[in-house]
Amino acid sequence: MKLVVRYRCGECRARAGLLYLGNRSHVLETPCLLLCTRKGLPTFIPPDLLPSIHPDALALHASPLHFFDSPSAKTLASAGGLHKLISLPGYTVAAIARDFVCIAEHGSSNKIGASFQTPFGRRTVKPVDYMDVINAMQPDIWASLPDEVPSWVTHKRNKQSVERTLNWLDSCISLKKDGMESGLGCIVGGNSVEERGFCAQEVAKRDVSGFCLSGFGLGESAEERGLLLEAIMKNLPDEKARQISGLDLPEEVLQAVSAGIDVFDSTYPHSLTMSGLAMVFPLDMEECLSGRTSENANDVGSDFTKINLRAVAYRNDTSPILESCRCYTCSKHTKAYINHLLNTHEMLAQTLLDIHNTHHYMNFFQAIRNAIQGGYFADFKAWFASRRQAVNEGILVSSAA
Amino acid sequence: MALQFEVLARFNRARASRLTLPHSQCETPLFMPVGTQGTIKGLTSTQLEDIGCQIILGNTYHLALRPGADLIDELGGLHSFMNWPRSLLTDSGGFQMVSLLHLADITEEGVTFQSPVDGKPMLLTPEESIAIQNKIGADIIMALDDVVKTTTTGPRVEEAMHRTLRWIKRCINAHKRPTEQNLFGIVQGGLDPQLRDTCVKGMVALDLPGYAIGGLAGGEEKDSFWRVVAQCTAGLPEDKPRYVMGVGFPLDIVVCSALGADMYDCVYPTRTARFGTALVPEGVLKLKHASMAADFRPLDETCSCMVCKRYTRSYLHSLVTKEAMGSQLVSYHNVAYMMKLSRDLHHSILEGRFPEFVQGFLRKQFPQGDVPEWVCNAMEVAGIDISMCCAPLK
Repeated sequence: MKLVVRYRCGECRARAGLLYLGNRSHVLETPCLLLCTRKGLPTFIPPDLLPSIHPDALALHASPLHFFDSPSAKTLASAGGLHKLISLPGYTVAAIARDFVCIAEHGSSNKIGASFQTPFGRRTVKPVDYMDVINAMQPDIWASLPDEVPSWVTHKRNKQSVERTLNWLDSCISLKKDGMESGLGCIVGGNSVEERGFCAQEVAKRDVSGFCLSGFGLGESAEERGLLLEAIMKNLPDEKARQISGLDLPEEVLQAVSAGIDVFDSTYPHSLTMSGLAMVFPLDMEECLSGRTSENANDVGSDFTKINLRAVAYRNDTSPILESCRCYTCSKHTKAYINHLLNTHEMLAQTLLDIHNTHHYMNFFQAIRNAIQGGYFADFKAWFASRRQAVNEGILVSSAA
Repeated sequence: MALQFEVLARFNRARASRLTLPHSQCETPLFMPVGTQGTIKGLTSTQLEDIGCQIILGNTYHLALRPGADLIDELGGLHSFMNWPRSLLTDSGGFQMVSLLHLADITEEGVTFQSPVDGKPMLLTPEESIAIQNKIGADIIMALDDVVKTTTTGPRVEEAMHRTLRWIKRCINAHKRPTEQNLFGIVQGGLDPQLRDTCVKGMVALDLPGYAIGGLAGGEEKDSFWRVVAQCTAGLPEDKPRYVMGVGFPLDIVVCSALGADMYDCVYPTRTARFGTALVPEGVLKLKHASMAADFRPLDETCSCMVCKRYTRSYLHSLVTKEAMGSQLVSYHNVAYMMKLSRDLHHSILEGRFPEFVQGFLRKQFPQGDVPEWVCNAMEVAGIDISMCCAPLK
C-alpha cells in the first residue's frame, strides 16, 4: 500500500492524494469513504446495483468480526478469500474490526482478547483468532485488533487499553501470513492526550503500512477530539495512510480531514436510511451562495442536511429526493413512492435510500477532495459549519413557509 | 378490448402464444410475480426488467389502503407511481378481504367488512372494485367474484358461482376504461363440474378479453385441482388467454400449461425465498440446512441469473433469514427461475419439443420415478407420454 500525497491545505493538516493498493487495478482517491457491509456485502444494495452508486464506490469495509460464525474463516479460506466469496474481485476490501454490527464490550475484554457483542452472541476475540480470519479474508487493507474504550473509563483502564493494543499489534504482525501486506496499526488512548501521543509514537515504531485511529466516536466532545487528533498526528510519519472509524456526521468527517485523515468508514448514510431519512445537503458552495439551490428545512424531522421521507408532506410529492442528484433512486423514483414504501414497511425503501444516501455521501467526499485540490478546504469547512449553525439558530427557514 | 392474443404453436392442449398488452408484449405460458404493495419485496424495477418479468401483480386491497386509489390516480396511475414500464395486473380485492378479515360478510350488494384502519364498516361492491382498479390503471383488471374456500361444500358453492356471474355483469357496466384496461372474468364453482360448466358458459357468453380460473390453489386435493383446470380450459375459448389464479409451484404450472392454461401468479417464489428456500430443477433447496454450509456449488448450475453466476450455496446459507441481502438474492434467483420456466414452456411448445421438456422436467423433480398419480392422470388427459419418467409398479 502506498499513499501519494498530491495536495495539501495551507491552513491545516488536510491532504488529498492517491492510495495505491498492491494488486488492485484502480487507485483510491483520498480522503475516501469505505462502504459498510454485513458479512461482506452491503446491507441493502445488491451487487448488480453497486456499480451504479458512484464511480468511486469501489472500496468496502468488512469487519473480520462478521466471520466468527457463518461464514467462518474456514469457509473464507475454501472460497479463496473475501473477494471471491462476495464475487467482487475488482473491489478494495478493508478489514477493520470496529463496525456498526459488532460492538466492543470494554468491560468484558481482558488481556487475552477483546470482547464483542455480536448478532451471534458475545465473543472474546484473541489475536490468533483475529488473524485467522484476516489471513482467510486476504484483504487489501487490514488493521490490527484494538482494545477500544469509551472516553469515560478510568485512567487505569485507559492505560491498560494502550498496553493491550500494542501487545496485540505485535501479535498480529507476527501472525500475518507470508506475502500479505503489513497492516494498519491501531492507536488508542481514550480521552488522554498523553496516552494518545504515547500510543501513536509506539505504533509508528512498528512495521505498519498506516494507522487506524481507534476509540473515537465513543463519547468524546468535538473539542476533545480535536486535541486528541493533534496529539496523534504530530507523532505520525506524514507519508503513511491514516484511517479512522466511528465518525459519522459530515462535521466530524471535516474535522478529521482537517487533522490529516485519509480513509473513512462511516455508517452515516446507513443510519439515515434506517430512520427513513434522505441526505440532501448542498455540496456546492458557489451554487448555494448564489441561492440556486432550494431549501425545505421546516419539514418534520428535517433540517438542511436531511429530509424525513415518512412525513405526510411527501405523500404526493412526485419530485425525486434531490433534483440535482443523478443516483439510481433520484433518476427513477419519487419521494411519494419512497414515502409509500416506508409506510408499508417494504424493504425496497431501504435499498433505494441506501443507494441515494451512499451516493450523496460519496459526492460529499468528492467535494472535500475538490476543495483541498482547489486550495479552499478551510473555506469549505467553515461554510459547512456556518450553515449548520444557521439551522440551529433558526436563521435558515423553509422556502415553503 | 385492449389486448391481442395470438396462439403461435400448440401441442395438444398446450399453447405457446403472444399476448400484446398496452404496456408490453408477452410470451405465454408465463408466470407473474406478485408485488403486493407496489413492489416485489426487495427487488427494484430494473432488476425485474433484467430478469425478464413482463407482467407484475398489484393487490387492489392493499393499494387502496396504502397509499390509496385516489392518490395513485392523482400521480398518474400505478405504472407511473412505481415506475414500472411493462404490464400490470390488479386483482379485485375480494380475495384479500375474505382471507384477511375475519369479519367479512358477503351479500348480494358486495363484501362488507371492517376497515382495518379505523374499524368503520365498509362495503366493497363490484362497482367500487372496478372504480378502484380503473384508478390504479393496470393493463389487466379482475372482476370481483364471490370466492369460497375450496374445502367448502354445500349450497354456498352454488350461491357463490351464480353471484359471481351476476357480479361480472355489474363489473362490465362499471368499467370506464375498456380500451386501456382488460377486464377478465373469473370462473368459480368450487370442485363441482356442473357448477363450473354453468359458470364457464356464462362467462364465455360475455365475450371478455380473457378468463381466469379462480377458487383453486386453496388446499384442495391435487386430483380435484387438475380436473377443474382441465374442464375449464376445455370450455374456454381458444383465442383468449386463460389465467389460473394463485398457481404456484413449478410442477403445477407445468401440468396446467399442458392442460391449456397460459398465465399464473403466486406469492410462493418470493415468499419462500425469504424463508431461505431456493427453487431449483430438482425441486427446492433449503438453504438453512447445515449441509449447505459446505456446499460450494451455485444454487442451480443451469441458471444464468446474477445470483447463480456469483454466489455459492454456502455463502447464501450464511445470509438467509439473517441478512436482508439473503432475502434479496434468493428472491432474485427464485423470480429468475420462474421466468426461465415460463420461457422454457413457451419455447418448447413453439419448437415442437414440449413432451421432451415435460419429461425432462419430471425426471429432474422425481429422479426415483415417483411421479405423483395426479400428474400421471393429468398428463394422460393432456396427451403427453410420461411413462418413461415413472418407476414401474411393483
